[in-house]
Order: sequence, then C-alpha cells, then structure tokens
Amino acid sequence: MQFGIFTVGDVTPDPTNGRTPTERERIKAMVAIALKAEEVGLDVFATGEHHNPPFVPSSPTTMLGYIAARTEKLILSTSTTLITTNDPVKIAEDYAMLQHLADGRVDLMLGRGNTGPVYPWFGQDIRQGINLAKENYALLRRLWREDVVDWEGTFRTPLQAFTSTPRPLDAVPPFVWHGSIRSPEVAEQAAFYGDGFFHNNIFWPADHTRRMVQLYRRRFAHHGHGRPEDAVVGLGGQVFMRKNSQDAVREFRPYFDNAPVYGHGPSLEDFTEQTPLTVGSPQQVIERTLSFRESVGDYQRQLFLMDHAGLPLKTVLEQLDILGEEVVPVLREEFAKGRPADVPEAPTHASLRAVREVSAA
Amino acid sequence: MKLIVVSAGLSTPSSTRLLADRLAEAARDELAARGQAPSTQVVELRELAGDIANHLVTGFPPPRLSAAIDAVTAADGLIAVTPVFAASYSGLFKSFFDVIDPDALSGKPLLIAATGGTARHSLVLEHAVRPLFSYLRAVVVPTAVFAASEDWGSGGDEYTDGLPGRVRRAGAELAALMAARPVGEEPEDDVTILERQLADLRFD
Repeated sequence: MQFGIFTVGDVTPDPTNGRTPTERERIKAMVAIALKAEEVGLDVFATGEHHNPPFVPSSPTTMLGYIAARTEKLILSTSTTLITTNDPVKIAEDYAMLQHLADGRVDLMLGRGNTGPVYPWFGQDIRQGINLAKENYALLRRLWREDVVDWEGTFRTPLQAFTSTPRPLDAVPPFVWHGSIRSPEVAEQAAFYGDGFFHNNIFWPADHTRRMVQLYRRRFAHHGHGRPEDAVVGLGGQVFMRKNSQDAVREFRPYFDNAPVYGHGPSLEDFTEQTPLTVGSPQQVIERTLSFRESVGDYQRQLFLMDHAGLPLKTVLEQLDILGEEVVPVLREEFAKGRPADVPEAPTHASLRAVREVSAA
Repeated sequence: MKLIVVSAGLSTPSSTRLLADRLAEAARDELAARGQAPSTQVVELRELAGDIANHLVTGFPPPRLSAAIDAVTAADGLIAVTPVFAASYSGLFKSFFDVIDPDALSGKPLLIAATGGTARHSLVLEHAVRPLFSYLRAVVVPTAVFAASEDWGSGGDEYTDGLPGRVRRAGAELAALMAARPVGEEPEDDVTILERQLADLRFD
C-alpha cells in the first residue's frame, strides 16, 4: 500500500498572525514539503493544478521535474490534472517528459476541475465538461500508446500523422487515476479503462465514499478488468497531530475555523465526526485511517492533505515527521494484516513494465 | 402514503407552524374521506438552520438535515409554509430548497402557504413562492393560502372565504392530487439511479 501527501497549493494567510506567504515562499514551501515526504519515508507527493489566485501550482510538471531531480524514490503525481481544459497533446508530452526525467516515478490523477471560469479562460464550455473529459482522455491514451496518431474529434484541431514526443519511458504510459468527489461518471470512466479511482473523500461522509467506491469496483469487474477487489482505489485524508490530542485541537482550531472550503461553517467537532478529518494524537489518526478499510475494502493508496489553510511550513514539516515516523509505519503493518495476498498493490512503472514484458514475450 | 410539512417559522410557537398544521389537518381529513391515512411528518427549518448553513458551506448535509432532505424527497405530497420577509420567502426557506437536489420535487403535489403581518403581502405566494416551485417542477395546487395577522381573528365576508374556508379548499386540492398518484412508488436507491445514468454513457 502506498502512503503520501497531496497539496492544493493555496496561498492562505496564517490566521494566528495574519501573515500571508509570498508566491515564491509558498512554491518553495511545497518543494520543501515534497522533499520532507521522501525523507520521512512516504511514497507519493501529489500537487494540485489551478489557474486562479490564491493558488500557485499552475505548472505541475515544472514543479515535479524540479522535485524529481532532488529525490530518489518519491512517486510524483497530481491532484488533479485538468483533463477538460488542458490540451491532451500537451499532457501527453509533459508527463512523458517527466517520466524520463524521474526514471518512471510518475503517475497522474485526472479531474475535471471545479472552477467555472477556467473553462472559458482556456477556450472551453463548462457544459461540455463530461464530454471534454471523455474525448480528451481517449486521445491522451492513444497518444501514449500509438506511435503515429491520426485523430479527429470535436474539441481540438485534428491530428494527421502526429507523434507525441518523447515516447513514454520503456513504452509504458504513466498510470492514471481518476479523481472525483461526487460524479459517478468519473467512477465509470476509471472502471471502463481499468484505471485507478481516487475518491477525494476529505469533505464527505463515509457512506458517500463507500457508495462511490462500490460503484467503481462493480463496474471495474463489469468491464472485464478483474474482480471487484482487483480495482485500484485511493482515498484522501486530512489530519493534524500532537502527542496530546487536546494540544492538537487547540493549535489546529484557528486554521480550521478560517480554512478555505469549510471555514466559518460547521464546528471542528462536527466536521471531525462527519468527515475523515482527524485532529488528535497519532494513535487517533492511526485508528481513524484504519477504519477507512471498513468502508471501501483493502485499497492501494492513501494520501493526506497536510499543508493548507495557512499552516506555517515549520508546522507542516513537524506534522510530516510525525506522519512518517509514528503513523505510517504502523499503518503499513496494520493494513497488511488480513489483507488477502491476491489484492494488488498500486501499479508502478516497474510493475507495469514487468506486465508489458510478460505480455510481449 | 407520506405527507411532509415544511415550516420555516422562526418563533416558537409560530403562526407559520400554526398555519402549516391547519393545512395538514385539512389534507388529512380529505384523504381520510377518501379512505386514505397518510403518515405526516413536520420539518421545522428553525431546528435545521445551522445545518443548512453548514451544508451551503461544506457541500454535504449533516445527519439531521440529511434525514429531512430524504423525507422531502420520498414524500407523496408536500406542504411548504414560509413567513414573508422583505417581499419574498424567508432566506432560510429558500436555502433549504437550495440544498435539495433540483429533481427531488419533480411531479410532487405541493401546497404553498405563507404568513405575514398584513394581507398586502399575499401576492408573494404568486410572485415568489409559486415560481420557485414551478422551477423545481412540483405540481403546485391552485389555491395558495396566505394568513395575515387579522385572518386569525376574522371570518369571511360575502366576497371572500375566511381562512378556514381557504385552508379546507387548499387541503382538499392537495389531497385530490395525492390520492390520484400511483401508490407504493418506492424511491429508487442511489445506486440504481447511478447505474441507469451510467448505462447511458459510453466511454471509448
């Protein structure tokens, strides 16, 4: 099972002192957080993609390429890559390039995006969101799998005799996750292709997560990719920890109360009860995270949101120390217990290359 | 058969709830005369005010609000009553219907009613409340009931029905629509609906 972190890349004032980091500070902080993730033994770092303030990560492969050069093992991913408004040709090129630079330590999570104006800013129509996701992804797959592509569709200019370069490393396209909160169409798209499904459950109650993942698993089997338990599932999580749980609550509360998305809404206590957010001791985080398996079955990837709402870099790095040293080792051990041997791990470049070599032989 | 009453009164007790109860009774009496005995549940929005605000902020309903939304979605008939605030329905009333799925009320018999200080506000029902539910494709009964303060202490005259007469007429209209609906129509569970949506999609 893989453990990692995902970041939104928001530039948010620290509510305890009113200080807002500069864009440069925030970008450098994201890099420091990624390097820390590798240092403390996490497997994955994923960055969001946004095209409006207060978010900085508009160019994920630039950032991930820089991180790739400074890490050895960390898998670099996205949360999410906008399959609707990016040109699929550019996605194919950018992420194949990143694959080569990172020696295959690359996968990506596709999403439709939730910011209305991004569609018109990039020349698209939001009412075509689902159709854009379908057509663009179908093209992206071909660009990675066929050396020469003739293609004609609805949303971009046709391609005649086009070769996307560089070709994917070892002729193995990056593994793709489809990220969604509430769209069953995305679960279906992931199931149809036999790709991974990441349910970003951090703002949602467990029964909703269970229904979405069940749907994906059932449709994964329906489309002939294996048993429901062979489907590749990822989940989000959100935690803040201190040795003493009251200290965690006291320190995190101002960040919670003023957070983008849910701030100024429900109380920390209600939100903790209703969503996966866990604020408390490392042991509480361990117990809560282990309970996710009861909702969705044995799964492959667990990403935590650790660095939003204006938390200072120093605090985030401390949190990552706790996560990597006290929480994840226990989670690895406990999740392994009772996990049937035939439940697959999340695909990596090495595992996909091995499959390819077997099928070619 | 389920009759759900949504009341957006803010005081306790409120004249909005009083009117809601009278309307529910009138609908039940008429259904009883037709040999039907609906279960009745009242959703007091005052008790859900914080939950509704939280849903607007977070995008998902806390458990109690979720139960109220499920009740409205599964209703065979609805009565919706709001106080008049600033020439329209109250913000709380509107917010509740804002967080319900836009298709949840489609085809449901609905009786609308409102309370206010004077009868000068009565057309709020026709100018604001009825268009809201037309948009949501509910089947709104012709008689909408407005109760001004003075209505609680006066009868009809030779030109107009008093409040009890209007309540009876509206209740009977709602009951007739509810009785005419096919019975035993259980709501499909989410997954069934999802599967059907998915069957319409082709990814290739």
